[in-house]
Amino acid sequence: MSDTHAETVAYVRETMLPQQAPPSGQTGAVKWLRENLFAGWLNTALTVLGALIILWLGTHFLPWFLHGVWNANSLAECREIITSTWGQDATGACWAVIRERWTQFLFGFYPDYLYWRPLLALVLLFAALAPVLFPGAPRALLALTVIYPGLGYLLLWGGSVWFPVAAYLGFVLGYVVFTALTKAGQNLLAPILAVLATILYWLFLAGPVETALESVIPFGMEEVRSNLFGGFVLSITIGVAAIALSLPMGILLALGRRSDMLLVKALSVGFIEFIRGVPLITLLFTASLLLNYFLPPGTNFDIILRVVIMVTLFAAAYIAEVIRGGLAALPRGQYEAADALGLDYWKAMRLIILPQALKISIPGIVSTFIGLFKDTTLVIFVGLLDPLKGITDAVRAAIEWKGIYWEPFIFVGAIFFIFNFAMSRYSMLLERRLRREHR
Amino acid sequence: METIERAVDRTQMKVSDEVAIQIVNMNKWYGQFHVLRDINLTVNRGERIVIAGPSGSGKSTLIRCINRLEEHQSGQIIVDGTELTSDLKNIDKVRSEVGMVFQHFNLFPHLTILENCTLAPIWVRKMPKREAEETAMHFLSKVKIPEQAHKYPGQLSGGQQQRVAIARSLCMKPRIMLFDEPTSALDPEMIKEVLDTMIELAEEGMTMLCVTHEMGFAQAVANRVIFMADGQIVEQNNPYDFFNNPQSDRTKQFLSQILGH
Repeated sequence: MSDTHAETVAYVRETMLPQQAPPSGQTGAVKWLRENLFAGWLNTALTVLGALIILWLGTHFLPWFLHGVWNANSLAECREIITSTWGQDATGACWAVIRERWTQFLFGFYPDYLYWRPLLALVLLFAALAPVLFPGAPRALLALTVIYPGLGYLLLWGGSVWFPVAAYLGFVLGYVVFTALTKAGQNLLAPILAVLATILYWLFLAGPVETALESVIPFGMEEVRSNLFGGFVLSITIGVAAIALSLPMGILLALGRRSDMLLVKALSVGFIEFIRGVPLITLLFTASLLLNYFLPPGTNFDIILRVVIMVTLFAAAYIAEVIRGGLAALPRGQYEAADALGLDYWKAMRLIILPQALKISIPGIVSTFIGLFKDTTLVIFVGLLDPLKGITDAVRAAIEWKGIYWEPFIFVGAIFFIFNFAMSRYSMLLERRLRREHR
Repeated sequence: METIERAVDRTQMKVSDEVAIQIVNMNKWYGQFHVLRDINLTVNRGERIVIAGPSGSGKSTLIRCINRLEEHQSGQIIVDGTELTSDLKNIDKVRSEVGMVFQHFNLFPHLTILENCTLAPIWVRKMPKREAEETAMHFLSKVKIPEQAHKYPGQLSGGQQQRVAIARSLCMKPRIMLFDEPTSALDPEMIKEVLDTMIELAEEGMTMLCVTHEMGFAQAVANRVIFMADGQIVEQNNPYDFFNNPQSDRTKQFLSQILGH
């Protein structure tokens, strides 16, 4: 009641109170422990239980790791060494298999004197990605980003230098057609004819152009056929190509699904729902078996390329849905403001809508990419040697490593984890950076 | 009722004979609902028109039709000699000539204030970046926030954001400005700074259409007040007669409700 009294009487504070330190026990490690580990009896019991589980796991698996043998020539020899060193009942990992066969896990059956080529391709990949992923990277690297698809292809598969060059000329041709038509005022016709010209060139002219260039200046590298690819060279090739291709395709599909044009919308919805509705393995079988029926006889359509196309389509459908969520999350006012300023559809999308929608969609997009990268192991079903099953089976087929399971799986899993964890960290970094920029 | 405290200079507010906007027998439906009914309106260059009316009367829809954020189903809308049809070229032409300010500002949160202002001049008007930035700084100074140019919209108060939105529209050098309840989402303290900016624009002779509940602004600045109800123009008059001598019962009822307290 004194409260009421205080409020009814006029009151003026004459001195302002200074800030005081909180009571002891309310800060630092003590407070943290009490709040997070020992708040109440249930919390304390769970903490103790958790500690016991960790202890149990540690005592069971740690010896297995620590008893690991690195120098041996067969699984039997591994076991002998473990028994003789740690006693009759001791268990231990036989890391010797990794030591002897790690090149196979990484490179498959790629010729060993050419290992430098996929390695160089990987190093250049990071250099080419840098300007895309990090704003601080030198802009000059963008030139490398542009030529990387051709360069990476050349390093991995080898063959004539003129093949990627002839393929790139298609883009140049498309660009020339596009600018010429735009200058002539054909704004609608320009993109259509440019794409058409490029495709026709690739189908009918690129081959002769390559042969002509090759006959004038023969220059190339030793060819490595797709059936020699395996292990992480295969996984990373498929993963990187599919990631790079599926993002733009997913964006177009998401925009298509929200389009006012009935045909575009129907095609996008149909594509997305169909691709998401069937298992990836079905698509891979289609790629390896059925495509041959549809293509003209005699065409040799590379199996890795076919798999990349299918994995791309599969991931694009998922990414389209993730991005559609981001597009739907934007307030209508953003679209209206862009319209009211006189921006046309593509400019509004590129400058206003997509930068914001993609930012919202980053976690979903990266999840899809991580899933895609792990799904590259499914290529075992079409006879390609993925690192997880294809290569481990090949390793176990050797008599000296028959019966070894855990060690190759742990090794392959660890490498997948490194790549995926890096992607996950990058996405968090990107989210933080964008949040800071927009505040 | 808000009062405009400063003296409004009407010397530049000349209405010319030139027609800026002409709306003839325009109708619009949302599905079965007839939102705009037989609208006829001619706006001359230099006019400052305030559109008032109860919510749901179609006043926002009307000004949104003028830059085709909403499509009309019959009748004609001619803006600066260009008729609005489904022709995208005409729509983009009208939109780049007509500035629009929204109730919720609709600034682009991923761009700085300066980038918000230079985006359309650079990409629609093909203005060189330097020139666009100079123009933007000119208009940001005019709305009195040049020092915020490198911040993001989220860092500004509502009133500042709305002034940026006005500057962003002005950077396109529009001949007509549309205001869709520009002060409705603002705290009372910030309404005045936005109204002051709008008064300055009027003093420079801008053709303006404002949907607003600020009757003080209407009295001080408008040369015509339009009252809408049920999708129709019920009454229009000069502000003095509109407020002191309303003709229709619907208008009298509306005025008694908003001016009653």
